[in-house]
Amino acid sequence: MAKNRVPAIDGWFTTDDEPRLIGLHDAGSGSYFFPKDMAIARAPGHADAELKEVELSRTGKLWSYTTNHYEPPEPYMSPDPFVPYTVAAVELTDERMVVLGQLADGIDAADLEVGQEMEIVLGTLYEDDDNEYLVWKWRPTQPSDRSGAGAEAA
Amino acid sequence: MSNEVAVLGVGMHPWGKWGRNFVEYGVHAIKAALDDAGISWTDVDFLAAGETIRNGYPGYVAASSFSQAMGFRGVPIASCYAACASGTQAVEAARTRILAGMADVCVVAGADTTPKGFLAPSKGERSADPDWLRFRLLGATNPTYFGLYARRRMDLYGATESDFARVKAKNSKVGATNPNARYKKVFTEEEVLASPLVADPLRLFEICATSDGGAALVLTSLDFARKHATDFVRIAGVSTVTPTFPNTLVDMPNFATDSAAGISAPDRGFKDSIAYAAYEEAGIGPEDLSLAEVYDLSSALELDWYENIGLCKPGEAETLLRNGDTTVGGRIPVNPSGGLGAFGEAVPAQAIAQVCELVWQLRGQAGERQVEGAKVGVTANQGLFGHGSSVLCVK
Repeated sequence: MAKNRVPAIDGWFTTDDEPRLIGLHDAGSGSYFFPKDMAIARAPGHADAELKEVELSRTGKLWSYTTNHYEPPEPYMSPDPFVPYTVAAVELTDERMVVLGQLADGIDAADLEVGQEMEIVLGTLYEDDDNEYLVWKWRPTQPSDRSGAGAEAA
Repeated sequence: MSNEVAVLGVGMHPWGKWGRNFVEYGVHAIKAALDDAGISWTDVDFLAAGETIRNGYPGYVAASSFSQAMGFRGVPIASCYAACASGTQAVEAARTRILAGMADVCVVAGADTTPKGFLAPSKGERSADPDWLRFRLLGATNPTYFGLYARRRMDLYGATESDFARVKAKNSKVGATNPNARYKKVFTEEEVLASPLVADPLRLFEICATSDGGAALVLTSLDFARKHATDFVRIAGVSTVTPTFPNTLVDMPNFATDSAAGISAPDRGFKDSIAYAAYEEAGIGPEDLSLAEVYDLSSALELDWYENIGLCKPGEAETLLRNGDTTVGGRIPVNPSGGLGAFGEAVPAQAIAQVCELVWQLRGQAGERQVEGAKVGVTANQGLFGHGSSVLCVK
């Protein structure tokens, strides 16, 4: 029997075909916040702002990335044996904020280039007997072309 | 300068993996600093300490633990926690007490006993704690963040793996001559580059370990110092700044930066603002420096700091390094102590240890690692959750 696909954390992202992170928007200051659970209106002078829940941009530019070759301590739920994984930092187009996420399965970090466009997909973080726990991951929108034009990193 | 205090004494317990009670290291360092100052514990009228969160309750109340071990005398204390910046907050607690006229002789101390391996979040299911969640949802260890910064330097500024290895090799050479450093091995670039990848592009020998150790200072008013010594190092500026919204550099333990969509990012980002605040208070600029001690949690981070403390413009750090400017004997030596690469991090002691090195250098007591004619030195450091830390010392 197929396992249930459930979010590894509730309320941080949508789980439809075009998943998005869920953040907060303060219309007064124009600022966005992610993740929303920990956010209060942090823009100075806008402490009383009414924050509205919004879905954030699906795409952004790769700010940097790194592959971890050692098993992290708990509470990371590592497969046994440990498998190296890549963490990417992506600057969301509209929100002008950099958000971390693991690189989507099947993408080779050697093909990445700072400045390239990335999008959010859902991937498996870990599994137990009943469930597959989902989390947001980053994936390039275009196939790899490291020989192409230079990075547009700002 | 009215904002100055004197550093009359410095002391350390050597860094290592000794496995003893952190209070022992702290007391050892405090006694060494008092001896160095020619001051007795009974002259001390305030004690501030950086806390350790890895040694149970006595660590949370480190100032009390040290005072009790030295012999309780009723003096007021303060225990400070600001992650890696804890020591500077203890310095600032003592300095402001002196400048307010509420104390003449203060002890500042920090010591740690650390477990092996990655620094991990506190135990338990704590799904509202970003420090816990970053491990659960991302596997974002501290080296993950260091790897992100290092990779960006490569793609943006053309840094190479060889540059990162060169920093480690440079610092290991001086660290090997430092009696308080933990690692005495002199590394070649090739040996560093042959060590296993931890957080690509960073390798094992480029990421600082955790260590046991202790460091202490005796800070006094200038009036008191003049009565007890003819010549002493002064603290001319201290920075404990926090970021200005929006902070656009992704920092431990966060999942995201602030958003710059509404309010523009400040002209001077957080890391650039840290030493700047100390310079501004002292009326001294980076062009006046003889040396700097910066927080090389990774060897690539040392390069970021060259720019953050104003030694050069963004993107020029590799040139400074390759020219030998930041080597002892060069124009502006950085980490003549050997830095974290030679010490390993003892969190609450490390920012204090940086000040110890400045004092030894400015007094001309640094032995083989001495920076000739050192007159002005700065420390720079950043604690997670937005703690700036910088101390500017002058002779």
